[in-house]
Amino acid sequence: MQELINRAKSLLESGEVARVLGWRKGENVWDVEPAFFGNVDELSDFVYNGFCGANLSKYMIEASKLEGKTLVFLKPCDTYSFNQLTKEHRVDREKAYIIGVGCEGKIRVENIDAAGILDVIGADYPGHAENLTVKTLYGDKEVSYKSAMLERCHVCKGKEHMVYDELMGESTDTIDADRFAEVAKIEAMSPEEKFAFFQSELSKCIRCNACRNVCPACSCRKCVFDSTKFDSAQKANTTSFEEKMFHIIRAFHVAGRCTDCGECSRVCPQGIPLHLFNRKFIKDINELYGDFQAGADIDTKGPLTNFRLDDCEPDIVTKRG
Amino acid sequence: MLKIKKSDLAALFARISEKNDLFLPVKTAGKTNFAAWDEAADVDLDTLKTVKSPKDAFFPQSENLYTCNREDGKLKVSPEKLTDEPFVLFGIRACDVRAIDVLDRVFLSEPVDSYYAARREHGIIVSYACNNPETSCFCKVFGIDAAVPAGDVVTWMVGEELYWEAKTEKGEALTAQVRDLLVDADVATVEAAQAAIRSIIEKLPNSNLSLEGWGAEAAKTRFDSPVWEQLYKPCLACGTCTFVCPTCQCYDIKDYNTGNGVQRFRCWDSCMYSDFTMMAHGNNRTSQMQRFRQRFLHKLAYYPANNEGMFSCVGCGRCVDKCPSHLNIVKVIKAFEKEGV
Amino acid sequence: MEAMHECKHNPGFMRDTLVPMVGIITDIRTETPDVKTFRVNAPEGGKLFEHLPGQCAMVCVPGVGEAMFSITSSPTNKEYQEFSIKRCGVLTEHLHSMQVGDEIMVRGPYGNNFPVETELKGKNLLFIAGGIALAPLRSVINYCLDNRENYGEIDILYGSRSADDLVQRKEIEEVWCKQPGVNVHLTIDREQEGWDGHVGFVPSYLKELAFDTNRTAILCGPPIMIKFCLQGLKEMGFAMEQVYTTLELRMKCGVGKCGRCNIGTKYVCKDGPVFRFDQVDELPNEY
Repeated sequence: MQELINRAKSLLESGEVARVLGWRKGENVWDVEPAFFGNVDELSDFVYNGFCGANLSKYMIEASKLEGKTLVFLKPCDTYSFNQLTKEHRVDREKAYIIGVGCEGKIRVENIDAAGILDVIGADYPGHAENLTVKTLYGDKEVSYKSAMLERCHVCKGKEHMVYDELMGESTDTIDADRFAEVAKIEAMSPEEKFAFFQSELSKCIRCNACRNVCPACSCRKCVFDSTKFDSAQKANTTSFEEKMFHIIRAFHVAGRCTDCGECSRVCPQGIPLHLFNRKFIKDINELYGDFQAGADIDTKGPLTNFRLDDCEPDIVTKRG
Repeated sequence: MLKIKKSDLAALFARISEKNDLFLPVKTAGKTNFAAWDEAADVDLDTLKTVKSPKDAFFPQSENLYTCNREDGKLKVSPEKLTDEPFVLFGIRACDVRAIDVLDRVFLSEPVDSYYAARREHGIIVSYACNNPETSCFCKVFGIDAAVPAGDVVTWMVGEELYWEAKTEKGEALTAQVRDLLVDADVATVEAAQAAIRSIIEKLPNSNLSLEGWGAEAAKTRFDSPVWEQLYKPCLACGTCTFVCPTCQCYDIKDYNTGNGVQRFRCWDSCMYSDFTMMAHGNNRTSQMQRFRQRFLHKLAYYPANNEGMFSCVGCGRCVDKCPSHLNIVKVIKAFEKEGV
Repeated sequence: MEAMHECKHNPGFMRDTLVPMVGIITDIRTETPDVKTFRVNAPEGGKLFEHLPGQCAMVCVPGVGEAMFSITSSPTNKEYQEFSIKRCGVLTEHLHSMQVGDEIMVRGPYGNNFPVETELKGKNLLFIAGGIALAPLRSVINYCLDNRENYGEIDILYGSRSADDLVQRKEIEEVWCKQPGVNVHLTIDREQEGWDGHVGFVPSYLKELAFDTNRTAILCGPPIMIKFCLQGLKEMGFAMEQVYTTLELRMKCGVGKCGRCNIGTKYVCKDGPVFRFDQVDELPNEY
């Protein structure tokens, strides 16, 4: 971690970058927050550990409007979001100095499931541990790093950064699950089972909009759900169907642009597996148009915004059943 | 002091629900929230904090106020029927009970909000002491004793038994309905459990957070502080903190066109949302910094200024657990302490 | 303000202050290209409720919206209430398309009032308004004119962009100008054919008129006008305790509960809309 701080310091001091976008340590090891550092002194609070799950790409929209370059630390999966935002002209590549940082899988503190948690040992960077030692008011416990990881890390897109100016640190293989297994499981359900599954998950939604606001693909200047002219306002369900509508409309809107960064599921206070909607679209796109990964580069045309003669016909819907 | 075996709770709930609607923590799709009880409900008294606070029971996230339609060519306004049946809210923690006091001062002050008042009148609160306080808890800071919550009936889980004590007339009346299911119990057992809870509370990292400098005076002294600029930046402008908060009471009033009339409903709103103060011709809080500052000054300065110093935070720590960017009121309080302003 | 009031149309039913009454539009006057004055009566005639000068009410069109407007008619008017409304958003656009006989919904009155029976009593009064902001002052002016013996000399300084944008021009010319001890000073921003009155912005006309400080000023208008008029009044020697204004912010409930119209610890809907400038100075700069 000190290497990252030193590098940030030298880039700030040389004037190459005007500010640093990274993670700031919190009150505890797990409550790190995304942060801008304007000077060398502030960097003493910089942190990079297993709890730095937050994808900083979206903050680059605002940073792109500022004077000078911003040094941004991106994990391999974050770089897909950055590329997609570049492609959509929402961030300015020229305004970013990207350090691709190594990643050993990021932890969701809820997965540790320890009441009275005081400290977590083993989540430092570098220094990946097989097991985390969790100190709590009710005694210590051991938790395997893998079991504490975010869902997205179990189906990691890989250790390669898709865009960077320089790389620092090593990444670890964290894949231990099939990316589309959960989707396939839902596809295998009967329509009634599917409905029941989504109803029970989505009825937990509290309309806090955290999923939308954190989503790098949700970068509209004004969201349709914030419009006063639209009966479906963003903050309350006027009918029991509306929370479903909100998430379904959002999934449609990000289809073909969602990089599967998993931030929506990471931030959901009710633990709704929102990524499943997006991943269903990705799976369908792969099946119907050939393998496609949004954000892998900035040139390839998205299958849903591009027309080819060999595109599937609309009747594919009925054919697939 | 009375008690009932944990294994007999289903019978207790069934009995309560004979004469009252019963709401209690229920686990659905992996998360625990207050919900209506039925025999199939997965009642969860172990999870310390429901995701949403129980404030819905008195101030629902969304509720109809009245319906307008045309009858014989004339506009007719039909107010929603007010709650007139008793209901029991079982398993509320000490912080959330205090939060109801906070809401009372808003909704029961003149002019009284009749929708809220009707629910308060008919709601019976059965509180539940916290056996396993968590790191994010800081209720002690606001003078709340997690070992002895307020409420119409207070309960404690000690081992495999639930201890029960009525504290008010409403509580006595509810106790009478279930008396035959309860047996007399020893106060000493509960006192020992209370001592154990308090000893854990003492060890919590934020139990001794200093509120120095907060209160009415902060409305003036801390409004223009540069600390807000440093703090707000990671804020995503979502409403998670406000919607999981037991004391956030801001609301919006909106219309829903039903096809043959208009339902005017009230729903929770968030001061963190960009359209919160937007008017046709302007907005007095255009930046996220201003909106962020509003939320915390409301809890720690404006509300106390208007309510004899009472803070509108109860230290439940839900925002600490749930903020996607890990911002929260504890960090705000500590940042000001550190900067000494 | 009462918590719940008896509903005239549903005898015996106690209803919440959030539930409106049905009102009938009984007259519409086009004041300017974008301002209309709506007269409202209860369905069975008479006023929907009593109010005090400076108070506001929520006007609602079901399915369109609801917003707070100042009641421009004076409480001394026993027959009806009036709202002067400028077209500037979805609701006001809709209101402008309505006809005499149409039904709207009204709830209120809300907020405090100008201290016409206390601090303003016996004083010389200087009203300063710009554009649509004459609406809240009109209720005070007419209240004072109807209780003429209680007030000293009255000066009304009113300006707008053009002669066509002066609201209540008929009443100004036919009633106010003819009252003894009342001086009306009109001004428009730019020269205009057929206008032989004063030309120039309200703040500069205020300076030209050079009032002495033996009067209480009541100031209402767009923020920029307020800022410069206040500066002018200060230069003339007015103390902040001698100047009143009304504030306006987004409101939903009207009773200090929905949480959006606060400026620091004060709710504009409940603690305002009328503020004295020494009170405004105490508020954080967020309005």
